[in-house]
Amino acid sequence: MLWHAERDLHGVDAVIIPGGFSYGDYLRAGAIARFAPVMEEVAEFARAGGLVLGICNGFQVLCEARLLPGALLPNTSLKFVCRQVELEVVDAQTPFTRECEPGRRLSIPVKHTTGRYYAPEPVRVLLRYAPGQNPNGSQDDIAGVCNEQGNVFGLMPHPEHAVEALSGSVDGLRIFESMRAHVDQHVLA
Amino acid sequence: MRARVLVRPKQGILDPQGQAVERALPALGFQGVRNVHVGRLIELDVDDPARLPEMCEQLLANPLIEDYEIVDDVTARSNGVAS
Repeated sequence: MLWHAERDLHGVDAVIIPGGFSYGDYLRAGAIARFAPVMEEVAEFARAGGLVLGICNGFQVLCEARLLPGALLPNTSLKFVCRQVELEVVDAQTPFTRECEPGRRLSIPVKHTTGRYYAPEPVRVLLRYAPGQNPNGSQDDIAGVCNEQGNVFGLMPHPEHAVEALSGSVDGLRIFESMRAHVDQHVLA
Repeated sequence: MRARVLVRPKQGILDPQGQAVERALPALGFQGVRNVHVGRLIELDVDDPARLPEMCEQLLANPLIEDYEIVDDVTARSNGVAS
C-alpha cells in the first residue's frame, strides 16, 4: 500500500488507484486527490511507461490528473447504480487485457454515481458495456479507456469485486492476470 | 479581494441535474421555465486576483466539461448587484 502523502513508489511494478470517495467527491470526484503528493510520482512512473490502473474513483483521479483523456460526469439517471454488468473487451492488445480475446464478455459490478464517460476527442477504448448494459449514459457505451501508449488504464467497473466465486464472477481476474503476465514478461525478465 | 467563481456545465453536455430541477418546477406550479442548468459557486478572499484564472483552470473547474466566470464581488456590489 502506498501512502497518498508520501512521494515514494517503493519500486512497485504497477500502480493501482482504487475506488472510493476520496475527499467525499467534494468539488468534483477525484479533483482534490489528483493533487496528492504521491500523484507526482505516479505521473512520472506513467510517463516512463509504468503500468497504472485506475478503478472507479481511481479512473476519475486519472482523468482529473490528465493522465487519461476525458472526464466522468454524473450518471444520466442521477442515481447511484450498484449492479452486475456485462462488459465487452474491445482491445486485447494491452497489458490490461492481453489475457482476453476481443469480444469476450466480462461480468463485473459497477457501483457509482459519477460514471458517465465523456471525451470530445478520439480515445483508445478497452472495454464497453455490452448492448443494453450501459448503467450511466457513457458516450459510445465506454466502460474503460487507456492512454495512447497503452500503459495507463481507467475503468468505472470494479474488477477487484469479481475475483471470488462467492461474489458471482471471477472475470475481474482476467485484468489482473493480464497485468501480471505483462510484468513477468517485461519488468521482471 | 472577495471573488466569486461561477462554474457551469458546458453547453452541449447533458445536464441531468438541470433537467431534474426543470421537471420539478412545474410540479410546484411554476410554468414557463426552460433551459435550467445547475452549476456551483465558489467564494473566496484572494490577495492576488491575477491568479484566479489559474486556480480555475487547475482546480476550481474542469475546463473539459465546465465553463467558469470570475466575478469581482466588490465591483459587482458597487454596480448594485446583490451580494
